[in-house]
Amino acid sequence: MADFIKDNVNKDGIDRRGFLQCMAWAGTGVLYSVHGGILKSAPLLQGAMSGMDQAKMKGADFSFIQISDSHIGFSKEANPDVTATLQIAVDRINSSAAAPDFLLHTGDISQLSKPSEFDTAQQVLKGAKAGRIFFVPGEHDVLTDNGQQYLDRFGKETKGNGWYSFDHKGAHFIGLVNVVDLKAGGLGSLGSDQLKWLQDDVKNLKSSTPIIVFAHIPLWAVYPDWGWGTDDSEQALGYLKRFGSVSVLNGHIHQIMQKVEGNVTFHTALSTAFPQPAPGKAPSPGPMKVPADQLRSVLGISHVNYVQGNHSLAIVDSPLA
Amino acid sequence: MKRIIWMFGFAATVVAALALAQGTVPSLAASPADKPASSAIVKIDNFSFGPATITIPVGSTVTWTNNDDVPHVVTSDDGKMFKSKALDTDDHFSFTFTKPGTYNYYCSIHPKMTAKIVVQ
Repeated sequence: MADFIKDNVNKDGIDRRGFLQCMAWAGTGVLYSVHGGILKSAPLLQGAMSGMDQAKMKGADFSFIQISDSHIGFSKEANPDVTATLQIAVDRINSSAAAPDFLLHTGDISQLSKPSEFDTAQQVLKGAKAGRIFFVPGEHDVLTDNGQQYLDRFGKETKGNGWYSFDHKGAHFIGLVNVVDLKAGGLGSLGSDQLKWLQDDVKNLKSSTPIIVFAHIPLWAVYPDWGWGTDDSEQALGYLKRFGSVSVLNGHIHQIMQKVEGNVTFHTALSTAFPQPAPGKAPSPGPMKVPADQLRSVLGISHVNYVQGNHSLAIVDSPLA
Repeated sequence: MKRIIWMFGFAATVVAALALAQGTVPSLAASPADKPASSAIVKIDNFSFGPATITIPVGSTVTWTNNDDVPHVVTSDDGKMFKSKALDTDDHFSFTFTKPGTYNYYCSIHPKMTAKIVVQ
């Protein structure tokens, strides 16, 4: 818990104690906002925005939605119909008050990289009213042909195994791939080619440019015993040190976690398919089974609002229930 | 000198004949002194290989079975000697080890999962 919010720098009435108090009765969702690199949190009530949340979202220059870990093709007890829950996520996106500029999908689109799974995922995601969708692969998406099928479908204009960057309304987005060429005994890996590209990609940016990095496996050591981290993430983050505001969005662990380290805030998203246990709370990180009527409350998507000027990035994790 | 060369020549012929016999008549290949080829099973449960180390005679076939709800990929550490396809729940993968040695392997999508096969 030492990594979480320790004080209330921005005087917005939500410190760590307040956050935890709110969580005690909210339980199902959390709003995160970033002011000058410092993460703030507030509860979210069953997907409906409270007054506190709406205040956080007001004046945003643009918003996007992070969606993750759809695992189309998975059909085990934890969720026998992952296509239905992905559809619910898309419906939720489409019912947003303001359409997001775009979606980020942070990987594990499929369960086994099967063409039929990718077909289904693409079919459902096509229904999202959200401009375009930016992807990064999860390890489940590159199980065949060294990920060629993933690249053909989702990464046509990318480099290497699927990494790329783009600019949107003053913010610089970087999609990284840390799920290929993994070495025995190790964690996620970016590799030297990608690191070199990243160094070049950001070298001409002003330090005031807000940076948003997204990748599948967390770029911080969430729980290395379960492989929840990336071996060479420190090197990548080293290239981003000079920037005033860096946000890192990940998937893979099917639960919300956050961490602040200097000007870098880390956030992981819920899955649309099935939950996974908290670190070390089960024999393995395998799918967590919950009663059917509770499943949707542990799945979800993240709405992200960006406010220019104070580098504010507000993240609302919204359960599907 | 001439005699020694002849001896080598004779020995080489015998070895070649034996090799030929082994290649064409497998059932006769194993002499009683050889260790019999066998099979071994490795189970994948809760993101781990069990047993983590197994010792087998040369020529044995190891079969991996995935009991997890998530896929795993059985891969030799060099990534070349053997690599399964993505094993879904209850899928199997087999590999026959023909040379002695210690073979470390892992799951290429969950690389914290490591284990080894010792072939004697």
